Amino acid sequence: MLASRQELTAFREACKAALNAQKIRILVCAGTGCVAGGSLDVYQRLIDICKEKQLPVSIELEEEVEHESIGIKKSGCHGFCEMGPLVKIEPMGWLYLKVSVNDCEEIVEKTVVHGEPVERLFYVQDGKTYEKQFDIPFYEKQTRVVLGQCGQIDADSIREYIAEGGYTALEKALFEMGGEQVCDEIEKSGLRGRGGGGYPAGKKWAQVRRQKEEVRYIVCNGDEGDPGAFMDRSIMEGNPHRMLEGMVIAGIAADAHDGYIYVRAEYPLAVKRLKRAIEEAEACGILGENILGTGFAFRMHINQGAGAFVCGEGSALTASIEGDRGMPRVKPPRTVEAGLFGKPTVLNNVETFANVPLIIANGVDWYRSIGTETSPGTKAFAITGNVKNTGLVEIPMGATLREIIFDIGGGIKNDEEFKAVQIGGPSGGCLTFGKEQLDFTLDFDSLKKVGAMIGSGGLVVMDEHTCMVEVARFFMNFTQNESCGKCVPCREGTKRMREILEKIVAGKGTLEDLELLEELAETVSKTALCGLGKTAANPILSTLKYFKDEYIAHVVDKKCPAGVCSALKTFRIDETKCRGCSLCAKKCPVGAISGELKSPFVIDSEKCIQCGACQASCNFGAVICE
Amino acid sequence: MEFDLKRIDEIIDACGCEAKNLITVLQNVQAELRYLPNEVMEHIAKRMDISVAKVFSVATFYENFSLNAKGEYVIKICDGTACHVRKSIPILTKVRELLELSEEKPTTDDMMFTVETVSCLGACGLAPVLTVNDKVFPAMTPEKAEQLIQDIKEGKIEC
Amino acid sequence: MGFMYIDDMKVEFENEKNILEVTRKIGIELPTLCYYSELSTYGACRMCMVENERGGFEAACSTLPREGMRIKTNTPALIKHRRMILELLLAAHCRDCTTCDKSGACRLQELALRYGVKSVRFEDHRQKKPLDTSSKSIVRDPNKCILCGDCVRVCREKQGLGILDFAYRGSKMRVMPAFDRCIADTDCVNCGQCAAVCPTGAITVKDETDIMWKYLNDPTKRVVVQVAPAVRVALGEQFGLPEGTNVMGKIVKALKMMGVDKVFDTVVSADMTVVEEAGEFLERVAAGGPFPMFTSCCPAWIKYAEIKHPELINKNISSCKSPMQMFGAVIDELYGNDSERELVSIAVMPCTAKKYEVSRPEFTRKDGKRIVELSLTTQELANMIKNAGIDFANLEEEFLDAPFDMGGSGAGVIFGVTGGVAEAVIRECAKDKTTAYIKEMREVGVRGKKSLKEAVINVDGREVRIAVVHGLKAAEDLIVSMNQGEAYYDIVEVMACPEGCIGGAGQPFALRPRRDKRAKALYRTDNDMSVKYSSKNPETVYVFDEVIKDRNHEMLHVHYHRNEK
Repeated sequence: MLASRQELTAFREACKAALNAQKIRILVCAGTGCVAGGSLDVYQRLIDICKEKQLPVSIELEEEVEHESIGIKKSGCHGFCEMGPLVKIEPMGWLYLKVSVNDCEEIVEKTVVHGEPVERLFYVQDGKTYEKQFDIPFYEKQTRVVLGQCGQIDADSIREYIAEGGYTALEKALFEMGGEQVCDEIEKSGLRGRGGGGYPAGKKWAQVRRQKEEVRYIVCNGDEGDPGAFMDRSIMEGNPHRMLEGMVIAGIAADAHDGYIYVRAEYPLAVKRLKRAIEEAEACGILGENILGTGFAFRMHINQGAGAFVCGEGSALTASIEGDRGMPRVKPPRTVEAGLFGKPTVLNNVETFANVPLIIANGVDWYRSIGTETSPGTKAFAITGNVKNTGLVEIPMGATLREIIFDIGGGIKNDEEFKAVQIGGPSGGCLTFGKEQLDFTLDFDSLKKVGAMIGSGGLVVMDEHTCMVEVARFFMNFTQNESCGKCVPCREGTKRMREILEKIVAGKGTLEDLELLEELAETVSKTALCGLGKTAANPILSTLKYFKDEYIAHVVDKKCPAGVCSALKTFRIDETKCRGCSLCAKKCPVGAISGELKSPFVIDSEKCIQCGACQASCNFGAVICE
Repeated sequence: MEFDLKRIDEIIDACGCEAKNLITVLQNVQAELRYLPNEVMEHIAKRMDISVAKVFSVATFYENFSLNAKGEYVIKICDGTACHVRKSIPILTKVRELLELSEEKPTTDDMMFTVETVSCLGACGLAPVLTVNDKVFPAMTPEKAEQLIQDIKEGKIEC
Repeated sequence: MGFMYIDDMKVEFENEKNILEVTRKIGIELPTLCYYSELSTYGACRMCMVENERGGFEAACSTLPREGMRIKTNTPALIKHRRMILELLLAAHCRDCTTCDKSGACRLQELALRYGVKSVRFEDHRQKKPLDTSSKSIVRDPNKCILCGDCVRVCREKQGLGILDFAYRGSKMRVMPAFDRCIADTDCVNCGQCAAVCPTGAITVKDETDIMWKYLNDPTKRVVVQVAPAVRVALGEQFGLPEGTNVMGKIVKALKMMGVDKVFDTVVSADMTVVEEAGEFLERVAAGGPFPMFTSCCPAWIKYAEIKHPELINKNISSCKSPMQMFGAVIDELYGNDSERELVSIAVMPCTAKKYEVSRPEFTRKDGKRIVELSLTTQELANMIKNAGIDFANLEEEFLDAPFDMGGSGAGVIFGVTGGVAEAVIRECAKDKTTAYIKEMREVGVRGKKSLKEAVINVDGREVRIAVVHGLKAAEDLIVSMNQGEAYYDIVEVMACPEGCIGGAGQPFALRPRRDKRAKALYRTDNDMSVKYSSKNPETVYVFDEVIKDRNHEMLHVHYHRNEK
């Protein structure tokens, strides 16, 4: 239990010494992605081999250092999930990709024993081999600040976090600044909430600080429900202390003594890491009734979601923490006046809180040097879909879509043609951008102008084989399933929009349907109760804006240009290729294929149900789908 | 069916009787029983002094609560955007076909498998993914899924 | 305090909690399906949207008036959105308007008409869900539910019960009791307030008028009707008469025209209740308890206590039957053994819980016949009068039947409004029978609309602490504070409905301003009556001397045994 600033400083020195005593550090990525790829087996295997060879392995960073050792640890997500499992070697900065248990022997032999690289595990792009992680184009173009320590430190160790400078911001806030000044500093930094509309965090904190009510709360929104977004998960898994530190600082700023972290149910690993981080912090006296001997109290609570996307909305989230249905409520009163349990509440998301220690520790000027004037700092994006390098990236605000997709993401998978990118997810206001919008810069205000929010920061890249009508249908299916059901426009409207889109995708749509769809989308976006409802129609509005011709093709020509919608496909047999074997006719479930043996067969398009069984059965590639 | 209500009381006491703990109580009870039987919900309502309709209301709001007993292996197929554009639906179709299940009938008669979809597991970099009892299986195809189910049936994989 | 502009009109606002209230003040009725000033703001129907000066839309029910704010209430965009919302609702709603119980009083129907929704362009894949007719008081038709949550909120916020709640979510969301059980299998206390607030026909009061018509047309039956105090000040509204008009004389005439043999006034038995309850209270004073004594007139309250506070039943709660059942016993005594014409005892009540009360085994004769056969609501009576084609508004008044043609005392009349029972009982208890004392009672604090009223009054040298609550949530809060030792009372009056029986769910639906007029009308009647004391009413004297003849306990008191199974 650390009871003063001096004790923390001494502890930090001890941790640093311990870290320095590890002459080589092997960080095995233990983010959800790499774990799924088998990284935990790699981790165990590395330890076993080292132990067999009687090498001095240290798994946990001890305070007392007796001799030099080899550190083998589990880190958080590096973001390069496509290439997992990842193994990072420090202090060399080498990054091994797609590591399997079979590679472990070689890694220990070459790297650990002799300090040499295993070259075949390095990243190769365009014939060039990249030894060091940050030389890889995927990383080189990024500005990893908030995610900086993710993947670089042991996510389960408060000692490593402290050794790397963790909790210095808390120290500063507690011993040098005080609440008023913290609010000021954050307001001056221009930090805007990363989860939604980009409301200035410092302003929000100051509002809560001014409330008369004595009990206030700090709530962290870790209900990152947007499909295709996992930045917050990576922070919670990879650097939980950074976020906790941010929350405690917010507590100082708003004079609150209880923090609630709401984590979505699908993130069990994040919960595990956070729980451990809280326990360690409490044991160190960094959380609890008397933080670092100052008398300032801050208790941390974790609430696990139970599977409802809508809980990402502030008032739904607080309702859920209160044990109720996660249904958004009308405002006023605003969350800063009456949020959780009816008390003044600071509600920010994981990434926002993770920014805070950096600002306090490095100062406003440093922070403002990144990003744009009105949107300072960086933004983490999860880039997924049909892109070469899927994963987690962090870039300064104001970067263009082209930079993210082509420079960092490496372009479209299989070198197909780029078609669209969907940004922000359903809660961020899903906008589908076409090719013409690739030079669009991403920041809070530019997105607001086009009717979207930076939201959580999911970017899903789509190639030319994606049908935009089908994508709109997919999103409508999602919002429809996730609508809480409270207000009429969202509950009934999303259902009807999906219904119309299903009709169109099935080739039964009419121009009147298209009109009704547009009209309905307009009403939903204008009249729904909460932010999620208001943006629910965005996938339709934006695809109608940028890809109207595709809708027309479905409705008028009864064709799906991307060849996705099976009901709009037509199958025919290429006479020149057909050998007349009759196999397709036998496979056809509706008897739509007929012909004489050994001469070309024909498909009766009237009877055909577009199931594709004929195409799958043909050994000569004679069945063509159009 | 009889339930050990004393055990339920222990769970409630551990979480605290206040209404705000309802979701946590339901989660912990479900972790124990794998679903939320009506009798148990009624008992929880009485113990926590919440109306039964409210408990039912909360239990039916959240996707993760199940009012019916689930299979031993819960297969969740991710249909988030990233997984969807990387063709997750054919995997779902295949798995359902193999186990003779549908949206309306998610659990096999032998109570071995339950098949569900989930909106996003946050493992988008590995799309398409599925999980079996929270263990993530990356970059799936219908063929891989078929093999996986076979392996589970034969006890080759522990989940 | 400030000024804002509504449709370019400068409007002053004061303490209105939202702009919807401000628009109402200037005579604009914004459409809404889920806003009730007396419940929490839910904001889900999105019909009351208004357009602000930036072309944005805000829900009037949940937007505070701000200085200088400019809003428009009826722009083309608003009309378009409202129409679309209505179309969406109608697409998922049963559209058999003509055969719906609520037709003519349905707010969805009214708004569809008001906004001219001519067609529904969405596909129809509604599946018929079964009706829940299990309750004695209400019928739930899920096919007509628009998920406005009004019933959910009234049950939770006013009655503290939460029998109905939302289940599932999104387009699968429905309102239902836990596990979709039928109402009869829940702890529902039959207060019917859910039906009162329901804007559509999703929850309606059970219609038993056909049974009544059958009795009326059966020459072997003698139909005797008693009419409760609160009915007379509400029924007139249904026939275009000013709110709060006392139409008792017209009711008698209409009932007679329909074929009723005898019409009595429940005020007479309210007087009997006063005498008995005052007697019981004085006995408790003499015996030193148990206190508080709770009133027992409200059947919803009795059922609530049986479920939530069985310790109060047959103990703290007065053993007096409700006035309806007291009269029932008297009517049965007088006419119940006529072998030529079988008695059918009918009550017209502002209440839906009475429909349940008449079926209770405690109020059934040994031969299985109900003491009161049927309890109709004010609304059902209105419908019967309409059925019969009677021009009610222009009807002549007629006198009540002998032997109760005087129609009771002023103390009995005020039973229909919150605080009335307590006031009447204390009036009876006190030896001080001066007009000054009656006036003092008025001012002491039992009158008024607050959900909890407390008063202390000196009754012959003893300080009597009175509490008056309406709404079962308020009753529950009171019991909790008493149990925690924070409050102490000698007598507690509980009524389940808002402001007592005048706000009963069997009445034409009324919010505060209309309820105020009903309350005033009852107090005015009390003022106008020459007999102010229940025991001084010659009819009371007659009943006790000639009919009851010392069988008070047997005829006028009850022992509830729902919990003794």
